[in-house]
Amino acid sequence: MTDIIKKIQLNDLHIALGGKMVPFAGYNMPVRYSSDLEEHRTVREGVGVFDVSHMGEFMVKGPQALALIQKVTSNDASKLIAGQAQYSCLPNEEGGIVDDLIVYKFGEEEYMLVVNASNIEKDWNWINKHNDMGADLENISDSISLFAVQGPKAVEAVQALTPINLSEIKFYHFTVGEFAGVGDVIISGTGYTGAGGFEIYVKNKDAEKVWNAIFEAGKNWDIKPIGLGARDTLRLEMGYCLYGNDINDTTSPLEAGLGWITKFTKDFINSENLKKQKDEGVGRKLIGFVLQEKGIPRAHYPITNTGGEVIGEVTSGTISPTMGIGIGLGYLKSAYAAPGTEIEITVRNKNLKAKVEKLPLLKK
Amino acid sequence: MNLPEELKYTKDHEWVRFENGTATVGITEFAQRELGDIVYVEVETVGESIEAGEVFGTVEAVKTVSDLFMPLDGEIIEFNEELESSPELVNDSPYGEGWMIKVKVSGDLPSDLLSAAEYAELIGA
Repeated sequence: MTDIIKKIQLNDLHIALGGKMVPFAGYNMPVRYSSDLEEHRTVREGVGVFDVSHMGEFMVKGPQALALIQKVTSNDASKLIAGQAQYSCLPNEEGGIVDDLIVYKFGEEEYMLVVNASNIEKDWNWINKHNDMGADLENISDSISLFAVQGPKAVEAVQALTPINLSEIKFYHFTVGEFAGVGDVIISGTGYTGAGGFEIYVKNKDAEKVWNAIFEAGKNWDIKPIGLGARDTLRLEMGYCLYGNDINDTTSPLEAGLGWITKFTKDFINSENLKKQKDEGVGRKLIGFVLQEKGIPRAHYPITNTGGEVIGEVTSGTISPTMGIGIGLGYLKSAYAAPGTEIEITVRNKNLKAKVEKLPLLKK
Repeated sequence: MNLPEELKYTKDHEWVRFENGTATVGITEFAQRELGDIVYVEVETVGESIEAGEVFGTVEAVKTVSDLFMPLDGEIIEFNEELESSPELVNDSPYGEGWMIKVKVSGDLPSDLLSAAEYAELIGA
């Protein structure tokens, strides 16, 4: 069944808006509407909306909900209060990562896991396999649409649509309420751009109404639809990991710089080995880098030291639309991972100078 | 879709304009539209003689990097240096200011160069 390309609820609307649809993670998704660079700027400076309804949502309920989440995820979900969300990952048993995800806590016995579209089936099977404690699981991915309203003007652009005071929703917190005349909408202070804003979860039947209301309300702020092309450049400027590029079944969360979501305050799948890895140190690290000369790094380009010896590989790369220079993420031998280290990226047959940089790559 | 009648086209989405033994080469409106914002054009083969079908440079969009193929045999005599600082010309004016190279044509023209009508059929325009 994996060859069938699925359609998100508003597929036809995106085509009507001029969206160029491309297959991504098993769904036809808008990659751009006009220009990647313009869409990127719109989100950094104003407000734009991504339809990311391809993302997967699992509900975890019942008295064993937290126990299951604690077992399969690396972050400590017991620290969450109702109305709070947490970035986390699903470690596998071999030291790698099944997926990265966001855990939402609605109440003591009710959570939602938001996972990558490409991994919905894999994650679902994985979590069910480890559910020996008997938590109630439901995959609601096919009935939920998700809009990311992102940018510094996001709050003002859509505030008129809801009685909820949007400026009071803190980063990685959420609230459930009325939005655009629709009840039970989840409004979450999350996103994948570093530009501020919200993610809005609605039922598919309400998706068109909510989308249209957002664009009507945001007209005076010049709100625009934004494609996945700009989503990728926005997240790379921040240095956020993309599953499948920067993290995968063979990269450890500690190598990937995700130590901050790997909490040894509890036991979880493979925690013993990861703890050992933390104590002993990792051999390679995911780092951000900025090119010092003209050129654009791309995934799988080799990274060398200044002597030309290969010391790693690019996992994501692009031109930064904001800074106008090549940026990327990649794994490097740990000895070279310190910010400021001079490295080189092999772009076609040339080695271009680059420097390891602290994340985010975009400096405010 | 703008496909000037006087140009020849290739299945790799390049166009060729002939003037007095010199060919000017660029990529088509269709190509630039598919690629999206062009952010870098790299041609380091000026002065080289290259055969039809060989790579003469690369064009990079935000998300992708693509090879540029010689549409005919010849010597590359000029690269449009405006593209170094303004690669967006390829998007704004693919058949005009966004031209990429000039070639001194050598030998016979390849038989697979397409007319505007044939290229239109290829891209379903």
